[in-house]
Amino acid sequence: MTRPRTLYEKIWDAHVVERRPDGTSLIFIDRHLVHEVTSPQAFAGLRASGRTVRRPDLTLAVPDHNVPTTARLDADGNKLPIADPESAAQLAALEKNAPDFGIRYIDAVAPEQGIVHVVGPEQGFSLPGTTIVCGDSHTACHGGIGALAFGIGTSEVEHVLATQTLLLQPAKTMEVRVEGEVGPGVSAKDIILHITGTIGAAGGTGHVIEYTGSAIRALSIEGRLTISNMAIEGGARAGLIAPDETTFDYLKGRPYAPKGADWDAAVAYWKSLATDPGATYDKIVVIDAADIAPSVTWGTSPEDVVPITGIVPDPASFADPSKQAAAAKSLAYMGLEPGMRMQDVPIENIFIGSCTNSRIEDMRAAAAIVKGRHKAANVKWAIVVPGSGLVKRQAEAEGLDRIFIDAGLEWREPGCSACLAMNPDKVPAGERCASTSNRNFVGRQGPGARTHLVSPAMAAAAAVTGRLTDVRELMA
Amino acid sequence: MTPLEKVEGRAIPLGLKNVDTDVIIPAHWLKTTSREGMGRGAFETLRADPGNLFDSAEYQGAPILIAGDNFGCGSSREHAAWALGDLGIRVVIAPSYSDIFSGNAVKNGILPVVLPQAAIDRLMEVAATDPIHVDLDTQTVTTPFQDRFAFEIDPFRKMCLLEGLDEISLTEKSDAAIGAYEQKLDAERPWMRPAA
Repeated sequence: MTRPRTLYEKIWDAHVVERRPDGTSLIFIDRHLVHEVTSPQAFAGLRASGRTVRRPDLTLAVPDHNVPTTARLDADGNKLPIADPESAAQLAALEKNAPDFGIRYIDAVAPEQGIVHVVGPEQGFSLPGTTIVCGDSHTACHGGIGALAFGIGTSEVEHVLATQTLLLQPAKTMEVRVEGEVGPGVSAKDIILHITGTIGAAGGTGHVIEYTGSAIRALSIEGRLTISNMAIEGGARAGLIAPDETTFDYLKGRPYAPKGADWDAAVAYWKSLATDPGATYDKIVVIDAADIAPSVTWGTSPEDVVPITGIVPDPASFADPSKQAAAAKSLAYMGLEPGMRMQDVPIENIFIGSCTNSRIEDMRAAAAIVKGRHKAANVKWAIVVPGSGLVKRQAEAEGLDRIFIDAGLEWREPGCSACLAMNPDKVPAGERCASTSNRNFVGRQGPGARTHLVSPAMAAAAAVTGRLTDVRELMA
Repeated sequence: MTPLEKVEGRAIPLGLKNVDTDVIIPAHWLKTTSREGMGRGAFETLRADPGNLFDSAEYQGAPILIAGDNFGCGSSREHAAWALGDLGIRVVIAPSYSDIFSGNAVKNGILPVVLPQAAIDRLMEVAATDPIHVDLDTQTVTTPFQDRFAFEIDPFRKMCLLEGLDEISLTEKSDAAIGAYEQKLDAERPWMRPAA
């Protein structure tokens, strides 16, 4: 009889090409997602060494980080030029590299274009039990459908393009179990913010997390992708959720997903991946879902989380001296005083989007709050950026775009947008943004920008009140 | 990749925890198709302060950086390692690193040394006035004051750094094993190939 194994161990074992005496293994990569920012140097490396892409059929390229979220076509359907010459050069490089190396490519103006981590599952390119990599740390996202998915650097991008493998050390395992039912107004984003606040920004370092428990099982795929997306914010390179009927229902019929008898064989295999009874994890964290409130960050690390009903903490309240220093620095950057109520923090900018929260459910959750209301007078800039062209089309079919526009929010084209200050969507210095993205780092949304991470419903609530707001007050 | 065995010189006593890769190199510096010149954008937000360590005469050309817990967290951008390399940094010393950053560092000939906080605190003191010596072969960090700290490193990473190894060439030696894996996968789970 074989030893009971976790979901992670099963996927790892199924992908070992070679085990080296020093403990590293050569791991086969089933899917490689490529975008414009972290790939040009890798393709240049291939050219310089005369190498080709070993498995172009397992590689999918789509531009997302640099694309502006304003109109991309003129009235006659011609592509509009990209104003920023550096962004234009990166986008042009991907547009050339993909066909040069025979890689599947979704153009910036294609209806399927979007954020790579929204596109992968949506197209059925990402599948349970596969290994998925991308030169982007939020690749962890695809763990929400039960894939071992993680971000890599550009040297590794080149390594995967050339060999379809990576040399890796097995990670330690960590279970984060969320049991019970969450209260009203508490979304997947609040669950992962609460988890990050509990385990800390380095709590999962060296580990692959598996999220388990009834509160996780109850989530839709959209919600699960939000959870796994931010595994990296807790230090874990990957965060998995076991595939189940919810996963299979989501994937069935998607363009790259298996069809017919292949589908049945795939489902049978995916069902065998769940963690065995009796399997052990190196670390276990148990969270009671009832303890999770709509949450918000106050500082410049994603571990700086409090319930919306809470206050800005006093740096002196932290036991660790280095955290005391970091918190004091964060508060100075954020322009906040200890003891201030989070609900009294005024907000000038709203960003609803990013690979964390730009799927159809996120759009619906935000629209439900702003419907029949209007953005507050002090809110200068409020944008809603769907994660892909398909999400955009679906939202428009449901009339969500009209709800946002009527409420004074802007309805944009898909892309990474204001998550990372690489494209024209930025938050001005010294101003605050209630943002559904994943990182509140110094300068992340623009030099001097002050980010408060929240759920889509909470961002929508801040839009209509002009301050951080407990969304439960706006729910009927 | 330039091999690395011994590094001696001044160490920048940064000391902060959770230094993320957006701080090491902000995203607007990533809009390039080259690996060169990243040092200009390195630690841009910290260097906006005129009294910052990176631009002080004292630490010009310092090959070592000392930091706090969870160095290099956040974005997977290898540009962070390129930026450090372009500044001339060959060794980072910290209590812990993000998994992605430490891998990126090694692939660019930068040694991420892990030492406990007490050792970091002592090295921060020394770095204020004196050089630090790092020896990868013997896995030790020493100071002119007889401090001696031993560190652990994964043997494969150590070999890559000592020999300046190109990992792709190494993996290409396993070409037959990769081919055999692909054949087995196609036979056992043919549905794993994208359907369209």
